[in-house]
Amino acid sequence: MTSPLLELKQISVSFEGFLALRDLDLVLNQGDLRAVIGPNGAGKTTFLDVITGKVFPTKGDVIFKEKSLLGQKEFRIARKGIGRKFQSPRIFENLSVQENLALSVSRPKTPFSLLMNSLKVKHLDQIQHLMSIVNLQSKANIRAGALSHGQKQWLEIAMLVGQDPDLLLVDEPVAGLTDEETDLTADLLKSLAGDHTVLVIDHDMEFIRRLDCPVSVLHQGHVLKEGSMSDIQKDPLVIEVYLGKSDEGEE
Amino acid sequence: MSIFSTKKSWINLTIWVLIIAFIIAAPSLLPVFRLNLLGRYLSLSIVALGVDLIWGFTGMLSLGQGIFFALGGYCAAMFLQLNSAGEFPNGIPEFFGLYGVEKLPFFWEPFKSSIFTFISIWLLPAIISGLLGYLVFRNRIKGVYFSILTQAALLVFFNFFNGQQKLINGTNGLKTDVTQLFGQMVGSEIMQRWFFWISAILVILAWFFARWIVRDRFGNVLIGIRDDEARVRFTGYNPVIFKTIIFSIAGGLAGISGALYTVQSGIVSPQFMTVPFSIEMVIWVAVGGRGTLLGAILGAVLINYAKSLVSEALPASWMFIQGGLFILVVTALPEGVLGWIRKDGPKKLLFLIGINKKLETYPSLEVNEQGEVKS
Repeated sequence: MTSPLLELKQISVSFEGFLALRDLDLVLNQGDLRAVIGPNGAGKTTFLDVITGKVFPTKGDVIFKEKSLLGQKEFRIARKGIGRKFQSPRIFENLSVQENLALSVSRPKTPFSLLMNSLKVKHLDQIQHLMSIVNLQSKANIRAGALSHGQKQWLEIAMLVGQDPDLLLVDEPVAGLTDEETDLTADLLKSLAGDHTVLVIDHDMEFIRRLDCPVSVLHQGHVLKEGSMSDIQKDPLVIEVYLGKSDEGEE
Repeated sequence: MSIFSTKKSWINLTIWVLIIAFIIAAPSLLPVFRLNLLGRYLSLSIVALGVDLIWGFTGMLSLGQGIFFALGGYCAAMFLQLNSAGEFPNGIPEFFGLYGVEKLPFFWEPFKSSIFTFISIWLLPAIISGLLGYLVFRNRIKGVYFSILTQAALLVFFNFFNGQQKLINGTNGLKTDVTQLFGQMVGSEIMQRWFFWISAILVILAWFFARWIVRDRFGNVLIGIRDDEARVRFTGYNPVIFKTIIFSIAGGLAGISGALYTVQSGIVSPQFMTVPFSIEMVIWVAVGGRGTLLGAILGAVLINYAKSLVSEALPASWMFIQGGLFILVVTALPEGVLGWIRKDGPKKLLFLIGINKKLETYPSLEVNEQGEVKS
């Protein structure tokens, strides 16, 4: 693959005069794992909103697989191969784990096909496989709303993978997880990279370090610095705006 | 999941056996007056099924289902009026004479055909609700705004129909009981018995149809739209299409319901499009059990039967009872009567008043032959 999978060109988003994103550039290649960090209000979530079509940029362009995504409807962008996990787990609480995954793996996603055809065997297998990845086989018929917080996060990640996207956008996957669950989530995301391109947004430094991947630091709607975690932590500018003003650079 | 393995299915099966036994027994047990009332309420439960599909499952509270209900009724009434208009001046229905109309308005013409009528009873409301729904959903109007909009649409239709004396006899409506069908008076006892049977069968068919819609992934998308529409979109589904389809289906069901109700009550008039009537439809579903199809049917039939019994005994008090019932359900049984029964409500109630001792135990763990707990 010579051309990048996703390219954000000079994206600016302004909410009634407030610049949430300012000339943001970002390039992701096929199979990349990339972390994005930044203080609150740096524009992390807005930047995902732009990619998934929820927010329309005031300026700039989003190129995915060499085509612009601007002006496309959210469900079309999702069908093109971009999956998104929200900050707090958003699953269908009144459906069982299996039913949640069935909606994610179903194809084509048209009303007629859902009514007339039953789920294909390969999709049933895929559901079993997804449940085994996130360790939810024993909960297959349990209402998703009854899962623990960590299990909900994982179910959402599994749903994301079930859509078979080229690009996974993962917003704070470890918020509210135990240390052990955090480690497992990091391993899971690392294993997904390669086959998929994964972009992770988070606050948790331990988690980002564990991902062991290039990091982009977002500050006031702009990419302040890109590099490995150890480079980032040494950068005086980053230390000043994000890691705290002390020279120690401690979190 | 086999059909009769779960507790929910046992409750359903029991209720169905009771309903079917009652329907079969009713014609010989009830005087024709009561049978006719029951037939009307059965037909109302079809519109309630539609309300349940759009509100209980998809989360869209429509206060305008009376529009589609009345349209179905008008389609049936126009056909019946034309069918027995031969002896009147100009060969058109009698009421036209009152307003000096000599030529049949153009849109009456196709209703001379019985086939066209049978199709238009459900298709016309389905098309209109589909169009209305599409425009509303495309603009992402939802929640309370959707409810207000549907109610406004209802008022528009109500006022329009009220004012069209020369076209559809305006506020007086179209009478059907003195019209002819298959050489019989529509209001006659034998015809009313037939309409009872037709209503009963159509309720059951409508239930199967609704069940088929919600039982698998299509229904799960609807529930997904109700619970988290944005997630549905990001999963790659277009909620607008799903909402339009289900709203159109609910409109079609309302039309069938309205036609059956019209022939059994003997008249269709703009009164079918009053605001309280459409709200009542929502109350039936809320009381019976939102999101439970059987609950919608039970709610419609039982509340209406109670209404007629109470109104005969204490004419002024029904509105208070209905309001009280609604408040009770919203506060004490948010999932409706059937939802409450399915969630062990009766057991909990017995516990509360001290009859039942043991309420809950730890769930029994699944163990394998070695006595180990399965993971």
